[in-house]
This record gives sequence, structure tokens and C-alpha cells, in this order.
Amino acid sequence: MPGTVLTITSGKGGVGKTTATANIAAALASRGEKVVCLDADIGLRNLDLVLGLENRIVYDLVDVVEGRCRLRQAMIRDKRLPNLFLIPAAQTRDKTAVSPTDMVQLCNELRQDYDWVLIDSPAGIERGFRNAIAPADQVLVVTNPEVSAVRDADRIIGLIEAEEKGPARLLLNRLNPALVREGNMLDAEDVLELLAIDLLGVVPEDESVVVSANRGTPVALDANSRAGLAFRNIARRLLGEDVPLMPLEDSGGLLQRLGRLFGKGD
Amino acid sequence: MGWLDRLRGNKNSARQAKDRLQLVLVHDRTDLSPGQLGALKDELIEVISRYVDIEPQAVEIQLSQSGREQYLVANIPLRPTRRARR
Repeated sequence: MPGTVLTITSGKGGVGKTTATANIAAALASRGEKVVCLDADIGLRNLDLVLGLENRIVYDLVDVVEGRCRLRQAMIRDKRLPNLFLIPAAQTRDKTAVSPTDMVQLCNELRQDYDWVLIDSPAGIERGFRNAIAPADQVLVVTNPEVSAVRDADRIIGLIEAEEKGPARLLLNRLNPALVREGNMLDAEDVLELLAIDLLGVVPEDESVVVSANRGTPVALDANSRAGLAFRNIARRLLGEDVPLMPLEDSGGLLQRLGRLFGKGD
Repeated sequence: MGWLDRLRGNKNSARQAKDRLQLVLVHDRTDLSPGQLGALKDELIEVISRYVDIEPQAVEIQLSQSGREQYLVANIPLRPTRRARR
């Protein structure tokens, strides 16, 4: 059975597309799926860095498309997960070096051998986005519970529908439970009501995401990280499992709960 | 939101964010600015008045939504006719 092409996009930059791509890929691979991630952010390559594979790049996406190497030569195998691969973006070219047709052809080839092809889309609504969306079977829109990110997500959802690639699903990233509790952050329900699409998962704000990116080890492989758990749950939902949303914060000890009762944040 | 804000009666900021987004998304999705909506309303009143007697001040035109579908909802009260029934 041919694999699924999942494009991860957002409209706004900096909401966590690359982090989501790296971690969903790692979580899927750790469940035995054969996964290849494709960095479509030509000129602003980063997926290699988040996955810790930056020192092993020889060829890139543009080399493949322009025929300077075979597809296999551009694929970097992950050190930790032998069934996880990366095709890096070119760093010294721009988005026009690849066309939507190139992407469709490339993904048709990849989906013969892999269960999942994950495409990390660049920010924006121009060529890079069109490239990333063209081969997609499923689209995941990443947003943060902030006004500008939600507005851009809505715009991108409209464009995905216009390209007949919908319905997209939502990944709400960097939700801060303490801010939600004090009424100063949109919660998952608010965002879903505004955007009117299905939710794939909510990832809480978590320092371990920064730490693991620093190290180049996906947080999804960290058994103690709450964000890691959220990403693992997302991967299971992609595989068709019915996994309930996890509670956004530990209920904590008695003191913490008492503190909350008296309106003191923690 | 701290207790001081609550005392001052400040609306929590998440609520404000949601209200503002609700408005802006409706206009983003339809590519219809509040100004254009006003112009549409004026022209609509003009056209409809050619056929029936309406109360221009009572006409309401709004963008509304259900899921991701947008609707233009018009509420146009007619003036009661003075003609007696035969």
C-alpha cells in the first residue's frame, strides 16, 4: 500500500512547524513506521538541525530535482531511528528552484517505499507553500493560541480548501495552561470554534522542547517530557488510534492546588 | 487575570482575543471590509425600495457563519401598507 503524504504548514512563521515535523516523524518511526521527512523550506533549512543531522548533508532536495544525484543519495538516515530519513532543503537557493509538479513526482516515488512522507512547509502563502501542499494527502495546520497565529491559520485553511486539499486538521502548539487558567490565553476550545476544523492534538508549552532542539534530539523520544507525550499521542492518532487529549498540566500536590484555589499562579 | 483586574472589571484578555478574532476572521474569509459591507447595504436598500416600501434605518446586513461557511444575512422589515384590502 502506498504511503501517506502529510504536509505540516501554518501561514505564520515561528509557531513550531519544524518542531512538529521532526517530532511527529520521530514518534511515527519509533512505532515502527517507515518515515521520510522532506524540508521544503528552501533557503531557510532547519529540519536537519532540529533532528541533529546537520553534519551529514551531502545532497539536498534541489540536487535531486535537478538530477545532480539519485534520490537515495540525498536521504540521510537517522542515527537513533533506522527507519527515519531526512531529505534536506537546499540552503543557497530559493523556493523557485522547485515546482509543485517536481514535488508531486518526488512524493509519488517516495510513497512507494515509505509509510509516511512528512513535508515541512515554509511560512507564507507563496510558492514555497504551494510546493509543500501540492503532493499532500493530508494537511496539518500548526498554530499557537495567539491572535496573529490564529488569523494566519484561518487564512491558510481557506487556501488549503481552495486547493482541494482539505479538510486540514489542527495542531495547537505551545499552549500555556497557567495562562489559560487565569483567562489570558485562548484555550483549545476557543481556537477550534474560531477555525472550525478538527483537532489532531494540543502540545503544551514545555522547556524540554528548547532543550532537545539545542541537542538535536527530538523531544518525542524523551519519555519524561509532556510535549514529547503530546507528540507521541499525535502520532498514534495519525495511525488511527483513538487517544484522548491528555490533561494539560499535572494536577500537582495539595499545596499547588490550594495555591490555585486562592488565585495564585504557579 | 489578577484580582486587581477583576476588581477593576477588566474583561479577561482571552475573551477579548476571541471576540476580536471572530470579527476579523469573518471579514478575512469573505474579503469584504466593513466599508464595503456598508456600501452593499446602501445599494441594496436603494434597489429594494424600487419594488417595496421599506424602513431604511431598520435594515440589517450581517456576515454570519456556520462552521467554515459564510452567510450574508439580511433583515429587511417592510413598511405596513396603507392600502385597504378589497
